[in-house]
Amino acid sequence: MLRLEKRPAPSQAWGIGAPILAVVLTMIAGGLMFAILSLPDAGLAAAREAGEIGFGEYVFGHIPVMIARGAEAIRTIFWDPLFHERFGPFLRGQLLVKAGPLILIAIGLSLGFRAGIWNIGAEGQYIIGAICGAGFGLAFYPSESILIFPGMIVAGAIGGWLWSMIPAILKIGFRTNEILVSLLLVYVAESILALAATGFLKNPEGRGFPGSRNLARHPGTDNPELIAGTGIHMGVVAALIAVIAAYVVLNRHMFGYQVKLTGQAPRAARFHGVDPNKLVIACMGISGALAGLAGLFEVSGPAGQISIDFNVGYGFTAIIVAFLGRLHPVGILLAGLLMALTYVGGELAQTRMSLPASAIQAFQGMLLFFLLALDLFTNYRIRGRRREVAA
Amino acid sequence: MTALLEIDGLTKAYPGVVANDTVSFAIQPGEVHALLGENGAGKSTLVKMIYGLVRPDSGRMGLNGADFTPENPSAARRAGVAMVFQHFSLFEALTVAENVALGMEDPPRMRDLAARIREVSETYGLPLDPARLVGDLSAGERQRVEIIRCLLQDPKLLIMDEPTSVLTPQEVEILFHTLRKLSAEGTAILYISHKLEEIRTLCDEATILRLGKVVGTCTPREVSAAEMAEMMVGRALTPPSRASAEPGPALLEVRNLSLPPRSAFGTPLRDIGFTVHAGEVLGIGGVAGNGQDELLAALSGEVPAPKGAIAFDGTDIGTVAPDARRAMGLLTAPEERLGHAAAPDMSLVENALLTARRRKTLDRKGFIDWGATRGYAEQVIAAFDVRTPGPEAPARALSGGNLQKFVMGREIDQGPRVLAVNQPTWGVDAAAAAAIRQAVLDLAAGGSAVIVISQDLEELLEISDRFAALNEGRLSPPRKAQGLTMQEIGLMLGGAHDMHDVEEGAHAEA
Repeated sequence: MLRLEKRPAPSQAWGIGAPILAVVLTMIAGGLMFAILSLPDAGLAAAREAGEIGFGEYVFGHIPVMIARGAEAIRTIFWDPLFHERFGPFLRGQLLVKAGPLILIAIGLSLGFRAGIWNIGAEGQYIIGAICGAGFGLAFYPSESILIFPGMIVAGAIGGWLWSMIPAILKIGFRTNEILVSLLLVYVAESILALAATGFLKNPEGRGFPGSRNLARHPGTDNPELIAGTGIHMGVVAALIAVIAAYVVLNRHMFGYQVKLTGQAPRAARFHGVDPNKLVIACMGISGALAGLAGLFEVSGPAGQISIDFNVGYGFTAIIVAFLGRLHPVGILLAGLLMALTYVGGELAQTRMSLPASAIQAFQGMLLFFLLALDLFTNYRIRGRRREVAA
Repeated sequence: MTALLEIDGLTKAYPGVVANDTVSFAIQPGEVHALLGENGAGKSTLVKMIYGLVRPDSGRMGLNGADFTPENPSAARRAGVAMVFQHFSLFEALTVAENVALGMEDPPRMRDLAARIREVSETYGLPLDPARLVGDLSAGERQRVEIIRCLLQDPKLLIMDEPTSVLTPQEVEILFHTLRKLSAEGTAILYISHKLEEIRTLCDEATILRLGKVVGTCTPREVSAAEMAEMMVGRALTPPSRASAEPGPALLEVRNLSLPPRSAFGTPLRDIGFTVHAGEVLGIGGVAGNGQDELLAALSGEVPAPKGAIAFDGTDIGTVAPDARRAMGLLTAPEERLGHAAAPDMSLVENALLTARRRKTLDRKGFIDWGATRGYAEQVIAAFDVRTPGPEAPARALSGGNLQKFVMGREIDQGPRVLAVNQPTWGVDAAAAAAIRQAVLDLAAGGSAVIVISQDLEELLEISDRFAALNEGRLSPPRKAQGLTMQEIGLMLGGAHDMHDVEEGAHAEA
């Protein structure tokens, strides 16, 4: 019999080892999943049809095929984006483009998660931030004033902040669950996005196609690459600043102390003098504003315009990033890069190996699954039950 | 005469500590035997071995001449050993009879059981109605449920772990009456306590443990409490000394403070009023769960009080936040150390910041000065002899007593104008408890006002200038502590609500 025993102190080795092991296990399980997706193999099926091989040969012939397919999928996702001779240089830039919003959102979420405040709706705040920021820019169209982009940044942050205040205020005023409210507001935000793309932000010169004017191609509202070919735009810079700021706040500032205290010992936090309601407002607000910023940088840069399918799940993936990075700023930086790799590599696998997009999402989900499962060993260890004389 | 229970060379080691080191003693049938020792002396480990919860590493036990090594508590119960724990294991939503049935191997029909409970409760003078819900019972009555549960098994040896810590003096009298009756019938009682006067009135023999070893035996009636304390601690203890001074101006005034309960089993505060002056110690006694936590939370600022209910130095502070109250000079220390007074997974340095931020200016515009914080943590550790590997150790790595010393030191060293503490010496060994009491008295001598909430009445009488009792959320009017007898205190504890009218009058005087 095995049983779990609480460790006297959390294991440091597991704290660092669990994310690494989770990545390895995800590679194995993901490789297996991709291998199964390729079944049955067309070549073997044809040979069987033609009567060249027997049934046993047909079945066991799949084993080397599956290993090769799985390995190819893992290589395509984790290796090619960085080191492929032909695609590498372009894809490396894409890596930062994807990592920027993930890190920016995850940093905001991590503060709340540390305090036990669960903002699951960053995706919605991301969308509303993009709509508000884009709306601000388009309101002054076709002005090319240098003041417009700063205004868009502020509008984007305020948009995300306002959207996050809905679950925050409902939680404080009516004790609603912020997980449910913030999550459901994502679907409301998606509906508003569709309305914006087909209605109030629709490009009047777009010949009836849904979608706004292209912000990225208009001076004054664009968020261009700062160094050509690197993928670094203002959003990536903002993400880096957020990492540093979060690090300082968590280690040096009373606010970070209060966030950690509330998460670890809520009663001690009350005794210290933390007002739980104010903390909910602050944590939800910061995560909402950062998600809104991420949306604004995306819509004015890589995405270019408000469209119906503008959001690609950064807000949800950022939750994985936050936990994969142990809610630690530097960990989030690394985890964001890793998740960006699965995005870029996943797209590559989609086009080159014709894997379905949902398989890539399942792959990312596996990563969170293994991480949370392995996390158990940070605080617990498995002990074989000592045989005791039956009473 | 053969001994009922014989313990010979019993040893039990845990990683890093020998909890029991070749412990030997014997209990005769019908004897009330005291097991005496400080916290951590090994009393609990020893009785857990007798009750089958822990297996000894070596040594042997004998019951009635036969070898006795119970595999588990139910084997111990079958052999005739019963135990009443310090913390009750009762379901509040069930009746007394149902709770008793749950602890039995094969319970009889409910009606028969109720009849037997009545019978036993009458025989031993333990009034208890089997049909009542445990949630409605007082701590003393709940203990009776546990005792009756044991008595129904007809035990030969009854182990009682710190039974009086939750009782009023009158309830203690009832309990002792029962125990004497049991002893007269031939049931032996192993009585664990560190309350020396109780042991002197009740027990026939005493075995004293220190650091896992038997350091002495005595007949409690024939030695003084001071002698026993000396054996227990290993050196002479000096009672706290104090300079008597005239109380100064009123520093903290509480008037008509009423608060609803915070949870279903919480206690409301009802119309509480008192005043503490500079240079005085106000002791608030009472059995736990009668509003102590709630009163402290209202003083600390965790729970806002109605307008005008709490005044500090003449200023209404009912809705002032905890940290702002600390800045003014009102410091508090709640009873629960881990999770309330200190964050378990945070280091002592981080825990120093928890309350000392304002008065020790440990931050600049919100940015923490970790150097100064560490310095303050080290100062507290040195001044209050906190045993810790270092200031970076997490709070939960410290023993309860050492963490208590840290928490008390953290507040006292900030030089509060008013200090309110709940159970300041709970779980602390005798020498450290004396040091904490002395620090509290020195604080008062220096012109601060101190409120001590405690269940330990001897402690309160030792350090208080005035004494008040908290019962079911009501506070009796404070009386001069000097000259109060245990009898009077018992009345204050048991019937504070009847004195409500008197209380009003007392306010008018004050």
